[in-house]
Amino acid sequence: MTAAGAAVAPGNSRRVVKSVLTRIGFYVMVLLLGVFFALPMLWLLAAPFDRTPTLAAGVPDFTFDNFVRVFENPFVLPSLRNSLILALATMVLVVTAAALCAYALSRVHLPGRDILLYVLLLFSAVVSGTAAMVPLFLLIFEIGLINTHTGVVLVLAGGLMPAGIFILKDFMDSTPASYEESARVAGASALQTLRDIVVPVVRPGLAVIAVWTVVQVWGDFLIPFILLRDPELAPAAVVMFNFYTEGGQANLPLISAYSFLYSVPVVVMYLFVNRRYGFRFYGGIKR
Amino acid sequence: MSPSPVRSPAVDAPPAPGGKGRAREDAGSQRSPAEVLGVKGAASFVAPAVGIVGVFLIFPALWTLYLGITNLRLTGLAAAEPQVVGLDNVTQALSDPSFLNALWVTAIFVLGSAVIGQTVLGLGLAWLFRNWHGWGRQALEVLVIFAWIIPGSVVAFLWIAMLDGESGTLNALLPGGVGIEWLLTYPMLSIIVFNIWRGTAFAMLLFGAALNTVPPSHLETARLAGAGAWRQLVDIVLPTIRGHILTALLLVSLWTFNLFTPFLLTRGGPNFQTEVLPIYIYRVAISQGELGFGAAIGAIMLVINLAIALVYIHVLSERAA
Amino acid sequence: MSRRVLRLRWLSLLFVLLMVAAACAGDDTSGEAATEDGDATPEDVGAGTEEGEATPDDEDETEAAAEPTGEPVTISIAENAVRGGKNAIMADYLIDYAIPTFTEQMAADGRDVTVEFTESGIEDEDYKSRLALDLSVGEGPDVIGFDSFWLSEFVAAGYLQPLTELVGPEVDDWEGWEQIPEAVAGSLELEGERYGLPLGTDGRVLFYRSDVLAEAGLGEDFQPESWEDILEAARTIAEELPDVTPLQVNAGTSMGEATTLQGFMPILLGTGAQLHDGEAWIGDTPQLRQALEFYDEVYSEGLGDAELQVRADGRDRSFQEFSEGGIAMLIESDYLWRGVIAPEALFPVENRDEVVGWAKIPAMEPGAGIRGQDFVSASGGTGRVLNPGTEHPQEAWEFLSFLGSEEALTEFVEREPRVTAREDVNATGIADDPMLTFIAEETLPITWYRPGFEEYPQVSEAIQRMVENLVAGRNSVEEAAQAFEADLQGIVGEENIRSETG
Repeated sequence: MTAAGAAVAPGNSRRVVKSVLTRIGFYVMVLLLGVFFALPMLWLLAAPFDRTPTLAAGVPDFTFDNFVRVFENPFVLPSLRNSLILALATMVLVVTAAALCAYALSRVHLPGRDILLYVLLLFSAVVSGTAAMVPLFLLIFEIGLINTHTGVVLVLAGGLMPAGIFILKDFMDSTPASYEESARVAGASALQTLRDIVVPVVRPGLAVIAVWTVVQVWGDFLIPFILLRDPELAPAAVVMFNFYTEGGQANLPLISAYSFLYSVPVVVMYLFVNRRYGFRFYGGIKR
Repeated sequence: MSPSPVRSPAVDAPPAPGGKGRAREDAGSQRSPAEVLGVKGAASFVAPAVGIVGVFLIFPALWTLYLGITNLRLTGLAAAEPQVVGLDNVTQALSDPSFLNALWVTAIFVLGSAVIGQTVLGLGLAWLFRNWHGWGRQALEVLVIFAWIIPGSVVAFLWIAMLDGESGTLNALLPGGVGIEWLLTYPMLSIIVFNIWRGTAFAMLLFGAALNTVPPSHLETARLAGAGAWRQLVDIVLPTIRGHILTALLLVSLWTFNLFTPFLLTRGGPNFQTEVLPIYIYRVAISQGELGFGAAIGAIMLVINLAIALVYIHVLSERAA
Repeated sequence: MSRRVLRLRWLSLLFVLLMVAAACAGDDTSGEAATEDGDATPEDVGAGTEEGEATPDDEDETEAAAEPTGEPVTISIAENAVRGGKNAIMADYLIDYAIPTFTEQMAADGRDVTVEFTESGIEDEDYKSRLALDLSVGEGPDVIGFDSFWLSEFVAAGYLQPLTELVGPEVDDWEGWEQIPEAVAGSLELEGERYGLPLGTDGRVLFYRSDVLAEAGLGEDFQPESWEDILEAARTIAEELPDVTPLQVNAGTSMGEATTLQGFMPILLGTGAQLHDGEAWIGDTPQLRQALEFYDEVYSEGLGDAELQVRADGRDRSFQEFSEGGIAMLIESDYLWRGVIAPEALFPVENRDEVVGWAKIPAMEPGAGIRGQDFVSASGGTGRVLNPGTEHPQEAWEFLSFLGSEEALTEFVEREPRVTAREDVNATGIADDPMLTFIAEETLPITWYRPGFEEYPQVSEAIQRMVENLVAGRNSVEEAAQAFEADLQGIVGEENIRSETG
C-alpha cells in the first residue's frame, strides 16, 4: 500500500524489492477491483446503442433508433419528471426532518433511543414488503391521498426516515459540542446554531443521505404502483414495465434505451453532489 | 465520538474523544447544547420526523404485523371477511419445507454477501483509500458508487448479460471458451457476488468515515514499534471503529435480509435454490394471494433480525471487555 | 363486516397517533399502545369518511359527475394496455377508435358522455392486485379489462355484481349473446349469473417447425395421434439433429401460469381427468401420475431442455429458440403465432407461414382424453366487467356492449387478428389467418377452461411447484404427486380432494 511503500529505508535492497512487489500487488488488486465493478456496466453502454440488443454486452451495431423509438412513447419524459418530483420531494423531507431529529437525539439524552431507532428500522423493513400493500393502500385512501404524489412521498419518507436518522445521528455525535457553545455565547438560537454551525460541518453526510434517499425513491416500484393510478403520474420504475409484452417478454431495444435514460439522472446527480458537496460519511473535523 | 447506534457502555467508552467530552457536558456544564436546545426545542426538532414516521411507518407496520395473525387475502372470501387465526400462520410456516428452505438460503445470502462480502470488501476499500488521493482512487470509488445507485431493475439486466452462458461477458473473459451458465450452475454464488457488487459502496463510505476517527498518532506509535499494516489494522483500527462496524453490520444485514432484487436475476430459481425470504413472501402474498401469511413471515423476519442485532451487540461488546 | 371494523379501529389509531405527534412530539411511540380502543370511535365518524369525501373530487371527475339523466356523464375504462408499450394496439384502438366512436353515437342521441381511459403497462398479476385494492374500497374504473380466470375470487370477495343486478334485465336482451358460444360465455359466468362480457379467447396447440421436422425426415405435415407419437418424433429429432431441442412443454414456477395452462392442463386432460370434476379437485390419482410420467419421460430422456424451465427468462428464451429453429415442437397458445413470431413482434420468424405448423394436442391414446376425446386443448379468456361501484351503470353497460358489438370487435380484429368471443366476427375477421381460423374452428369445440373456483390460483401455483420439482430432478413422480396432494390439503381441505392411488 502507499503508506508502506513510502516508508522504505534507502539502501536496503530486500526492502526495495519487497516494496516494489507490494506496489505491483497493490495495482493488480486495484485493477481487478476496477474490472469487477466496471464490467457489468458495459451492457448499459452497449445495448442501448445496438441495432439488435441482446442480453449480452458486445460492440454495438451503432444506432440511435432505440432512443428515437423510446421518445415516441408519450410516458417516457413524464415518467422521468415524476421520478424527479418524487425523489426530490422525499429527499427534502427526509433530509430536513431526519437532520432535525438526529440533532436533537444526539444532543438530548433520551434513554433507550438507540433501541427505539433500531426498532423503527425493523419496521421500515416490514413496510417495504409486499405484505404491507393493504395497510398502506387503505391508509392513503382514507386520508384522500390516493393517486397523488404527496401520498407516495409521505409513505416513502416514513420508510426512509429511520435509516436517515440512524446514520445522521452518528454524524451529529461526531461534531464537537464546543462549536455550538461558542454560538450559544454569541446568542444564537437553536435553529440558527444547527443551520450555521452543525450543518456546514456535517454537509457531506447530509449529501450522502440526500443521494441515498433519491436513489431509494428512484428505484422503488411497489409504493407508487400501489398508490398511483393515472399513467401521467407514474414514475420511471413503474413505466419501465410498459416495455414488456402481453406475454411478459422484455422488449430489449426499448428497455435498454429506457434503462439508460433511467440511470443517467441518478449518476449525474451523484457526480454533481460529489463535486459540489463532497460525498463522505464524516464531518469537516480535521485531525 | 460515539458512533455506536445501539449503545452499550463497553463498546463506545474509551476511544471516543468527542463522546467523552459530550458526556461531561450532558451531565452538567451550563452552556451544554442540550440546554441550547432545551427540552421544548428538542421536542419541536423531533416533531416532524415523529409525525411522519408515526403515521406513515409505525402505523402501517403495526397494522401489517396485525395482519400476520389473520388469514387476509387480496381476493376471495377471506378478502371480504378475514378471520383472526392467531399463530396458525407461524405454525404453518415453520412446518413448510419451502419456508425452511427460504430461511436457509437467506442465511447463506446474508452471511456471504453482507456480513462477509460487503463488510470486508467495504473495509478493504476504505483502508486502501485512506491515504491515497490519486485519480485511480477517484475512478474506483466512483465505479463502486455507480454500482450502488443504478436502479435495481436496470442492474438486473446488467448482471443477466454478465452471467449469460452463451454470450455473457464473464465467460468471454475467461480463458478456454467455457460456456458456464452461472445463474444455473452456481446460482447462490452468483447472487452473492452480485450483491457484493451492488452494496459494497455503503460499507465503504461508512468505513471511510470510521478510519478517519482513528488518531494518526496511535498508528504512528504502532508503526514505530514495527507493526505492519495488518497488525495496525487488527490491533489499533478495528478496536477503535468497533462502533462503526456494528452500525455497518446492523444496516447491511437488515437491508440484505429484505432484499428482493435476486428475484430479477433468478426468480428464486433454479428450483428454489435462490429463493430468499422476500421472494418467498412475494410468492405467497402475491402469486398465492395469502397476504396474512405473508405478513406473518414478515413478523418472523423482524424477530430474526432483532436476534441478529442482539448477537452483533453482544459479540462486539464482549470483545471490548 | 370485519374489514369495516378494522378500518374504524385504525382510523382511531391514526387520530391518536396524530394527537400524540402534535401534542408531545418528543414522546414517541406511546400511540401504539392505544390501538385497542378502536371500537370506541363513533360509527358515524368512520362512515362519513369512508363514503363521503374519501377521494378528493378534483382527483376523480368520474365520481363527481351528476345524475345520469340528461346531464353530462363521464365514465372510465381501464385495461392493462398502454400507448407505445404493453398491448399498445388495444390502447390505440380504444383511444383512436372505440372511445370517439361511442361518444359520437351517444352525441347523435343527444347524450353527452365522456369516456376516460386509464392506461397501465404492468405485469398482469400487479394489475390484478391493484384492481382488487381499488374494488375493495369501492373505487376504480367503471369498465374493467379482466382476465376471466380471476372471476370467482373477485366474486367471492364481493368485488363484482351480476350484470342484471347492476344494470337491469335489459342486459339479457343484448343481441351479442347469441353470437357467443356457451363455453366462452361461461368463462365470465358464475352460478348462472353473467358478470361481464367476454371478448377474446384462445386455444392451445402443438406448434412445430416444419423445416426442422422435414430435416429430421419426419415430413412437413405432422399430426400426432397419441403421446407416443409425440415422443417418437422427439426421439427421432434428438437422434438426427442433436443441436435441436425436440420438445418444449412448460414446467416450473418461473413460467408461471403458462406451466399450468399450456403444460400440465392439456396433458392431464389427455388422460381423461381434469383439475376439478365438479365435486373435487384432483389429488394423487393414477391420471395425475400418468401426466407426470409424460413430463418425466420428456425431461429425463433429454427430449426437452430442463434448464430452460427453471431459469428466470425461460419463456423468453424458449420463444427465441423456437423462432430460430432451436426448438422443434412447442405447446403454446395462439399468442405465439400472433404476438411472438409475427412480423412485428419480438421474435419474428421471417417466413412464418411456411416454416411454422400446428397440430391438435393428442390425448394419451385415441379416445383416452377428457369426454372420450382424441384431442384436447385448453383455453383462457379475456373480457370486461363492470365495477359495482359505478355511478353510471347504464352508460357503463352501453359502452361495454358497444365494445362487444360486431362493429367494434371487427375493427379491433383488423388491428390485431385474434379469436374473439363472437362467431360472426370470427367468421369474417380472421378468415384470412389459417392459424386463428384453426383455433376458432378446430380447437374451441374440444377445449377446456380452467375451474372457476377462488382457490384456482393457489392450486395452479402448487401444480407449477410439483412439475418443477419433478423436472429439476428434486422429486420422483411419486414424491411429486404426494407432495402436491399435501399442498392441496392445505389449500382446499382434505374433503375436497379426489385421491385414489393404486
